[in-house]
Amino acid sequence: MFEKTLSELAQDLRNGTVSSVELTQAFIDRINRCDSEYNSFITTTPELALQQAKAADESLAAGTAGPFTGLPIAHKDLFCTEGVKTSCGSKMLDNFESPYDATVVAKFKSAGAVMLGKTNMDEFAMGSTNESSFYGACKNPWDISRVPGGSSGGSAAAVAARLTPAATGSDTGGSIRQPAAFCGITGIKPTYGRVSRYGMVAYASSLDQGGPMARSAEDCALMLNVMAGQDSMDSTSSAQPTEDYTASLNNSLQGLKIGVPKEFMSADLDSAMAAQIETAIKQLESLGATIKEVSLPNTRMSIPAYYIIAPAEASSNLSRFDGVRYGYRCENPQDLEDLYKRTRGEGFGSEVKRRIMVGTYALCAGYYDAYYNKAQQIRRLIQQDFMRIFEEVDVIVGPTTPSPAFTIGEKVNDPVAMYMEDIFTLSLNLAGLPGMSVPCGQVNGLPVGLQLIGNYFDEARLLNVAHQYQQNTEWHTLSPVTA
Amino acid sequence: MEWETVIGLEIHVQLATNTKIFSGASTAFGAEPNTQACAVDLALPGTLPVFNDGAQKMAIMFGLAINAEIGKRAVFERKNYFYPDLPKGYQTTQLEAPIVGEGYVDIETEDGERRVRIHHAHLEEDAGKSLHEDFHGQSGIDLNRAGTPLVEIVSEPDMRTSKEAAAYARKIHAIVTNLGICDGNMAEGSMRCDCNVSIRPKGSDTLGTRTELKNINSFRFIERAIDTEVERQIDLIEDGGTVVQETRLYDPDKNETRSMRSKEDANDYRYFPCPDLLPVVVDDAYVEAIRLTLPELPDARKERFISELALSEYDAGVLSAYRNQADYFESVVECCGDAKLAANWVMGELAKNLNAADLSIDNSPVSAEQLGGLLVRIKDNTISGNIAKKVFEIQWNEGGTADEVIEAKGLKQVTDTGAIETMIDEVIANATAQVEQYKAAEPEKRGKMLGFFMGQVMKASGGKANPGAVTGILKSKLDALCD
Repeated sequence: MFEKTLSELAQDLRNGTVSSVELTQAFIDRINRCDSEYNSFITTTPELALQQAKAADESLAAGTAGPFTGLPIAHKDLFCTEGVKTSCGSKMLDNFESPYDATVVAKFKSAGAVMLGKTNMDEFAMGSTNESSFYGACKNPWDISRVPGGSSGGSAAAVAARLTPAATGSDTGGSIRQPAAFCGITGIKPTYGRVSRYGMVAYASSLDQGGPMARSAEDCALMLNVMAGQDSMDSTSSAQPTEDYTASLNNSLQGLKIGVPKEFMSADLDSAMAAQIETAIKQLESLGATIKEVSLPNTRMSIPAYYIIAPAEASSNLSRFDGVRYGYRCENPQDLEDLYKRTRGEGFGSEVKRRIMVGTYALCAGYYDAYYNKAQQIRRLIQQDFMRIFEEVDVIVGPTTPSPAFTIGEKVNDPVAMYMEDIFTLSLNLAGLPGMSVPCGQVNGLPVGLQLIGNYFDEARLLNVAHQYQQNTEWHTLSPVTA
Repeated sequence: MEWETVIGLEIHVQLATNTKIFSGASTAFGAEPNTQACAVDLALPGTLPVFNDGAQKMAIMFGLAINAEIGKRAVFERKNYFYPDLPKGYQTTQLEAPIVGEGYVDIETEDGERRVRIHHAHLEEDAGKSLHEDFHGQSGIDLNRAGTPLVEIVSEPDMRTSKEAAAYARKIHAIVTNLGICDGNMAEGSMRCDCNVSIRPKGSDTLGTRTELKNINSFRFIERAIDTEVERQIDLIEDGGTVVQETRLYDPDKNETRSMRSKEDANDYRYFPCPDLLPVVVDDAYVEAIRLTLPELPDARKERFISELALSEYDAGVLSAYRNQADYFESVVECCGDAKLAANWVMGELAKNLNAADLSIDNSPVSAEQLGGLLVRIKDNTISGNIAKKVFEIQWNEGGTADEVIEAKGLKQVTDTGAIETMIDEVIANATAQVEQYKAAEPEKRGKMLGFFMGQVMKASGGKANPGAVTGILKSKLDALCD
């Protein structure tokens, strides 16, 4: 049962082979049994889950069930969940129980999904390793001495360890794709504005995007069908009509034009990984695609641009955590300044503080033009690079990360080395484009992720390419655990 | 040395939208603390702003009323600073691209009309309130006001006296209340004024160092605060000191200004475009559609009252200043067809009664139609002016149309000469001594002596006798006795 995908489980539920309550109980038991090893959940919600499962079974019996009814999932702990702790991986929100549901959470609820719990993450989604979580590092199920990636590391590890069939994630600079790659699962960051950000605790508002993390492209499509759509509560959500993302999964790749950026296949890339990526590209070619080398000359500038824009927005977004209305408040503040300084000094971890300081500095009068404005210019150049390429190709393909999962603690004291891990993923967020990571091989027993990049709102095509690849390969079915 | 004062004003006007600028919470004044603050106003994690286009429409109405360019692409920015009544840790406002560009208004001064240029007007959200009383050494926060839409109107330093500043503020007040975009209630903070004040030697064209007087909420205090501050600055400079650029508070009880914070303490607000809100794109058709809905503004109405209704400059100015009063006046004119008579009554008897009862014209117990009906009866000689005041008083206290009151109280003017003659005969018969005096008097002095007989006849008629008729008959009867 734990090896089944969402699509297979949905079939079982409809056939009556298994009930949602049985399914849910089995995953709850498995989480209780195994998660001490991975630390992938911050909060589990067994009672709520069983209650939802019971309602789902009733709806299945009554014939009113939809495609997602009764399927268990987990939410990254930055999606607000009514009555359930929403910590964002931070001491600052350790005591915060949201009085409302994020739009994504509400959509899954009304689709009849069952929430198993809330997954571990880097504090306020800032990190590529999950080590900055207040709740401790999450471990990679393929090798628990290694990081699962981040910031959606808990979601990726939980899916990989078969603790949940699927989970939500969010991606500001690679936070869905990189952990998906490190944990050997499939994840998609949709176009900016495709999925509502309402109720998703903000890190960098112009880059944040929620998305599905699951075991296959087909499952991601099922999830995106629930998640996508304009939201009157999020002004930046797009009015572009949604589509049935499962409808085109089986389209042939005949005639598909794929671009491979030479900057992605460069010295930054681990050579063993490069070989895997090249094999995957050949496979796509054998499925009917034509391959073309392309160039994204401004890729290298995406790191400095991102590490100005994201911290700048974060420094402002995180100002609301001041100890006045909710969340952590220091003991016995002497005056207002003391309240602010100690609440924020004690409530935030070091990576969050680092980014708040970097962002505050970048926005200061006198530095604004040199940093923030310059970064915005680079952002436009990067977007233009992509637009030029999408005149010639349908999809861009390359690695998701420069190397496979590294060991816990390896980069924790070298933030720049850690930031370099995001080299292949950041530019999409800066441009607002959709991207996926699909398992495409292994290096020393660790998964390798193939990144697919699409044009705006071309999620259906990305899912189609990924699904066709997965129909012809086995990488996504490999499991790090025996269920 | 002779000094010249230079004054510029920043006026905050609360817009009369039903809901807040970025949330659906009510903006009504006076509710229990924190009962009108929703998740967005409380800045709960994950919440996002949605722009209320009612506020945009009102800001554009104001822009059109001051002959300003309307911004084609207005951008909201974040002004970052920490304060307990600022829940997000930033105020959403407009800086580089405001909705209303350069405009002007003309004000009346002792030296004639003067033009005050307006630099720009922008939309922003109000903060909450900090409450320092009744909290035993702690502070309370009321976020009901947080997110109330404001238009901040920034003038050029074009005013030279405190009277001009107050006249300008009154003008803005008249415009926004005429447009119906602000309730104009200054006691409730619906319009608040910051005055930038500096002095310079008369004839100099360089500006002196200015101080900013914050949050003044009455026209009288604007004058007094500026006068006090100008006096302080002159004393300071003449004693060899220098004015320090700072924010000062005016204390109306002590009639003094005192330092609040100096320029050195000023925050670096780290403005940057708000990534949660799209730029507001305003097209010409939209602006033109709004222009068509604009009510007639005070200046235009005043001109019309002079040219069409032949009112004096003064009367036209008073009656056109406030939309509700002007509307009332015009209804009265429509009913009675006599603008001068209507003006006298609206500015006289009605205004006197409204002031005494502290009522606004909207709440007048006597409607425009009722007053108009009364004036008709003066014009057609049914009642005299004095009786009309009596009828008005009854209408004010008990209601009813003028005709109803005249009928019920028997106040109809007696014009029947037979009845008047009878009354006169009776008066003459009972006043033998006065008749003898009359007869004895020189003919040219007799006119003055008529008054006594007039008074007696009017008294006998209960004031209802037509004074013109009485005078004529009385004179002829008395003169007949003299022959």
